[in-house]
Amino acid sequence: MAVGIVRLDNLLAVVMLSGIYSLISASLFVTMDAVDVAFTEASVGGGIATVLMLATLALTGDTEKPGKGKLQIVPLAAVTITGALLIYGTLDMPSFGDPMAAIHQHVAPRYIEEAPKTTGIPNIVTSVLASYRGYDTMGELAVIFTAGIGVILILGSGRRRDD
Amino acid sequence: MDIPGLFNYWIVIFLMMTGFYVVIARGNLVKKIVGLNIFQTSVFILYISMGKVEDGTAPIVIEGAKGVGAVYSNPLPHVLILTAIVVGIATTALGLALIVRIKEAYGTVEEDDIFAQDEAE
Repeated sequence: MAVGIVRLDNLLAVVMLSGIYSLISASLFVTMDAVDVAFTEASVGGGIATVLMLATLALTGDTEKPGKGKLQIVPLAAVTITGALLIYGTLDMPSFGDPMAAIHQHVAPRYIEEAPKTTGIPNIVTSVLASYRGYDTMGELAVIFTAGIGVILILGSGRRRDD
Repeated sequence: MDIPGLFNYWIVIFLMMTGFYVVIARGNLVKKIVGLNIFQTSVFILYISMGKVEDGTAPIVIEGAKGVGAVYSNPLPHVLILTAIVVGIATTALGLALIVRIKEAYGTVEEDDIFAQDEAE
């Protein structure tokens, strides 16, 4: 799927593939017990992002300049070296699903124990997001708001100059 | 060291490097954004796969006798990634808006055409 995105010249097909890719990763999240993340990824990554990209394509044209289909050596080398280094870095990582991994030992057990009692919400993800880290979520809203203002300013000023 | 247990990281690295390649090797700006999205999703998969516990279930408390001794996956990466997805869509939207403006100003979204126009000025 991702390789198809690299190879294709037709941007409409690329955007469609990226939507399908988001949906597949959402189902991956379900299998890895992250249902909340899967909802969000399916609606935001598969839905809103695809719509936004389609809208952009409608304004910018949907074919990439042809003749660049072949692999380029320097980027490929850079990517391969980075990937090899990252794989070397994973050799020390805990294996998939290991309950003794460091990530599960530190604060996570306390949240799983206490969150339902202190907040009264059975979904631990929701209770952490909205209760323990409520300010952080509010900051996230500020980020979205800023991005929205940015989009309006970027697109709005162009229209006014044309008039 | 357990090679099959590290397979999830390798999938993540493959996806990450695919996105990275699209970003640095391709001139079309829309495609660069798609590449960034692939890169981003690979990081999400990395976090979520680290939060998975063997035989665990989704971190929603099971009431009653069935819930005694239930193993839940780690909820904290899920929370982080929820935030990251939403911030990611915000940056994507901003990037796409910039692309639309670039198209209006230069008449193209290909990187080398834009450089050529800048050189000619």
